[in-house]
Amino acid sequence: MKAWHKTIKEVAGSLVIIEKVKDVAYEEVVEIKDADGNIRKGRVLEVYRDTAVVQLFTGTNGLDTENAQAAFLGETLKFGVSEDMLGRVFNGAGEIKDGGPAIIPEAKLDINGAPINPGMREFPSQFIQTGISTIDGMNALVRGQKLPIFSGSGLPHSQIAAQIAQQAAVITVENGEKIKKADEKFAVIFAAMGVTFEEAQFFTDSFEQTGAMERAAVFINTADDPIVERVTLPRLALTLGEYLAFEKDMHVLVIMTDMTNYADALREISASRKEIPGRRGYPGYMYTDLATLYERAGLIQGRKGSLTQVPILTMPDDDKQHPIPDLTGYITEGQIMVDRTLHTQGIYPPIQPIGSLSRIKVDKKATREDISAVGDQLSASYAKGREIKELALILGESALSETDRAYIRFADEFEKRYIAQAKGENRSILDSLDIAWELLEILPVKELKKVSSAFIEKYGNRTA
Amino acid sequence: MVTGTIIKVSGPLVVAAGMNGAKMYDVVKVGSQRLLGEIIELRGDEASIQVYEETTGMRVGEPVESTGEPLSIELGPGLLASGLFDGILRPLNVIAEQAKADGAHPGYIRRGVEIPSLDRSKKWTFTPVAKKGDTVVSGDILGTVQETELILHKIMVPFGVSGTVTEIKSGDFTVTDTVATVGETPVAMMHKWPVRVPRPKQKKLKPSTPLVTQQRIVDTFFPVPKGGAACVPGPFGAGKTVIQQQLAKWSDAQVVIYVGCGERGNELTDILVEFPHLKDPKSGRPLMERTLVIANTSNMPIAAREASVYTGITLAEYYRDMGYDVAMMADSTSRWAEAMREMSGRLEEMPGEEGYPAYLGSRISAFYERAGAVVCLGSEERQGSATIVAAVSPPGGDLSEPVSQATLKVTKAYWGLDASLAAKKHFPSIHWLNSYSLYQPNVEDYFIKAAGTDWPELRDEAMRVLQKENELDDIIKLVGMDALSPQEKVLLDTARGLREDYLQQNAFDDIDAFASTRKMYLMLKAMMTFHREATALVTKTPDIDISAITEIELRDTIARLKQTPESDIEPIVALIESIPSTLAALSDTEGTGDFGVNKTINGM
Repeated sequence: MKAWHKTIKEVAGSLVIIEKVKDVAYEEVVEIKDADGNIRKGRVLEVYRDTAVVQLFTGTNGLDTENAQAAFLGETLKFGVSEDMLGRVFNGAGEIKDGGPAIIPEAKLDINGAPINPGMREFPSQFIQTGISTIDGMNALVRGQKLPIFSGSGLPHSQIAAQIAQQAAVITVENGEKIKKADEKFAVIFAAMGVTFEEAQFFTDSFEQTGAMERAAVFINTADDPIVERVTLPRLALTLGEYLAFEKDMHVLVIMTDMTNYADALREISASRKEIPGRRGYPGYMYTDLATLYERAGLIQGRKGSLTQVPILTMPDDDKQHPIPDLTGYITEGQIMVDRTLHTQGIYPPIQPIGSLSRIKVDKKATREDISAVGDQLSASYAKGREIKELALILGESALSETDRAYIRFADEFEKRYIAQAKGENRSILDSLDIAWELLEILPVKELKKVSSAFIEKYGNRTA
Repeated sequence: MVTGTIIKVSGPLVVAAGMNGAKMYDVVKVGSQRLLGEIIELRGDEASIQVYEETTGMRVGEPVESTGEPLSIELGPGLLASGLFDGILRPLNVIAEQAKADGAHPGYIRRGVEIPSLDRSKKWTFTPVAKKGDTVVSGDILGTVQETELILHKIMVPFGVSGTVTEIKSGDFTVTDTVATVGETPVAMMHKWPVRVPRPKQKKLKPSTPLVTQQRIVDTFFPVPKGGAACVPGPFGAGKTVIQQQLAKWSDAQVVIYVGCGERGNELTDILVEFPHLKDPKSGRPLMERTLVIANTSNMPIAAREASVYTGITLAEYYRDMGYDVAMMADSTSRWAEAMREMSGRLEEMPGEEGYPAYLGSRISAFYERAGAVVCLGSEERQGSATIVAAVSPPGGDLSEPVSQATLKVTKAYWGLDASLAAKKHFPSIHWLNSYSLYQPNVEDYFIKAAGTDWPELRDEAMRVLQKENELDDIIKLVGMDALSPQEKVLLDTARGLREDYLQQNAFDDIDAFASTRKMYLMLKAMMTFHREATALVTKTPDIDISAITEIELRDTIARLKQTPESDIEPIVALIESIPSTLAALSDTEGTGDFGVNKTINGM
């Protein structure tokens, strides 16, 4: 049935140029058969008159221009999705990797998705408790949000992500004192791009140990897998995520790691297409490209489910201004900073509240009224404490006033008691708030400018 | 009608052959799905077209049809009433309804949807203003339509039309019905305007009334007038969007056009959810009634993103022409520039700096020039204004990049956001030492009248204190606080107060989110009066304990003035009057020198 063209003119990098073709569609799926009859897939990147530029999803090893043939399938790339994909492992082409039975798709969807109509979005506000104080109490994660973890090589971001995947739960606080867990369908989609075998193993092991695997779908592209699949992989993962969230009413958490590998793959492909490079060789459209991934998070009016994203990226040389974290930060709704200094001090999780941010405010009624005020107060006081500590290094402690010394004590205690948690400790938001108010007692009351006097009276444990 | 065929598809760029007779910037219908596009280059009979929608699945050989018209938008009643459009002014709510009716997923935007901006079936009540027999010129008002409770939509004689009103109707009409005839020309409530062409005006005026933003740092130190242009550059997380939203909420513009250009979808939803609940302070009506949102999020097609900024400014000019003060927020112009860069790259144009096209600078200046306070067309000499407040998102926060530089050349108010302030949760994180407004002299008279004659003096003195603090900081880092004179210590305390209690303003606090000019004046006056009196006191009594002054309860009361509701601000006058005597009392009781450090700490 397929019309095979023997008119391959050029093979370069992952690109194949085919001549004398007719009626080719942009983004059409192509099959290339080599001399031995092996078939590889690709898609049309550009058509110009009778010439098509095709990008292969796998490598071009062993292809020649003499014997290889190409067939155009007449359709654009679709991904068959099903609820049965939970509990399974796939590669970046969407093929089954765990040796299990085939999946019968319930729907075939375009992997690029479609933009959510801004008028049909619902504004996220439902608090997700991660059990980590520096996130819950200061930069809370909200359903439908995209909140990345900015880390560096050698830092425990994978542990933090696994802990979030395991502990994340939507809760409401009743009457400001009792925590109630919502009982809803929950799924985790894990998208690993260009990770090492060990990293991939770490996640699948931790999912299996905690029993999270049965509600997780895992997509893995290891460091030696094809580059092009690294770019398709998050799109497959998000297509499944959207299906589960907006067709099957599930609350989906998509963890994507490592976005740096994704961006590097994008750069490699861009270079092979001879595009004009932007900053540090990354393509000029990287902002838009990343946005087509991150913007797929959200809530849609009239649909019960939600899609929340926690992308992880390692900042090259811990540089926040590197294009990858920079462009990500401009798209995502905040960022959680993993800090090397805290890590070397032995503090886990080494999340640095200064520089971390969550742009979406949680619904105060569903948690506790003082949550954002206390969070702001902690950040401001901790920032000031650190500044005074620096000053004390130069001038010596003796030059400091009483208040200054209180700030230093506060900053130290804050790191020890609030930031630091036992490994695997699932701290409730109420516990986080309690610790916060205890710590604020260290400071004179007039220094507390971010919390209202009413809150101080109600929660501050201060004698008037 | 020119028709051609597609010979090339590369992302949003489509090239069609056989396009002889097509003109630059003509709108074309591309492919069998008839997607909207615009001609951006002509070479022989080949036209390069930027397509406003995803081109996936489009084939060589499909037809391209030119409409022979430039990219135009529909202007008429129903814009504000609808409130939400995409970059080429398609009503997003109607797109969702239609998707639902067709059985598609209503949450997503489908391709190839052809929906007019204005509802063709809705009837509006047209009240004539002109009479039969009147002689009118372009811009004269023929009649009015109550578009929302807040906005009276004025139907004007279209550009290029003048003569005697030979017919004028009254009653309920659709936007395309003829409501009047001028000479021989029938006039409907709706007309079309090409977005890339500035709407005509009689003349531009020097902007001299401030856009009162109710944001203390802006109104006090870096004001922007109605008809001016301000830019807000800053790294991510510094609060560009929050500032834009605060201005959209609290500024005294009559109409707000908010253009979300290549930014986050959830931010626009935030506006759409919040604004209907926020009340216009003057009328008590929902703010949404004066707000129009153009949403082209970062994952929507980039060609439409390029157009969205022009759509926004054309809308602003249209309401300006009715005599309104319009504020346009563009968030973010960097994404607009990136869209230009991407199209330029696909056209294989010679790139300028950082891959941006060489015409980036001229496009940016031409856009900002469309802001202005004007005398509108028409014999009435009506005045209106369009103010532009644009966010810029420089990569890595580095302002030396082309978009920031081209913007700084043409905007006269610059609110520089600072990442280190944001990290300390100092919001708005506009840095007082590197921001500027060249409009300060334009609006001086207004503030002297609205605030008080000593306003310029208070403001300049406050700025001097902040500048001096910066100098002293360096000294402290070297030799410590002890080396400072008592006057300098007082100054540091005042500077701290200004930073924490005046410049900082909590956008999420019900009371602090906005401040009237009067409240600002009283707060600043209280702080500076305290500063003067305290300085005088330490000069007179050099051995007085500084902490006795800085920790006095009055100092704390002044610090918490921002929490005073607008209805309660007049008693601040008495507080200010009490400052000299309260401080003077210190020098009387003073003497032992151990007026305790901790005396007031737990005293609340």
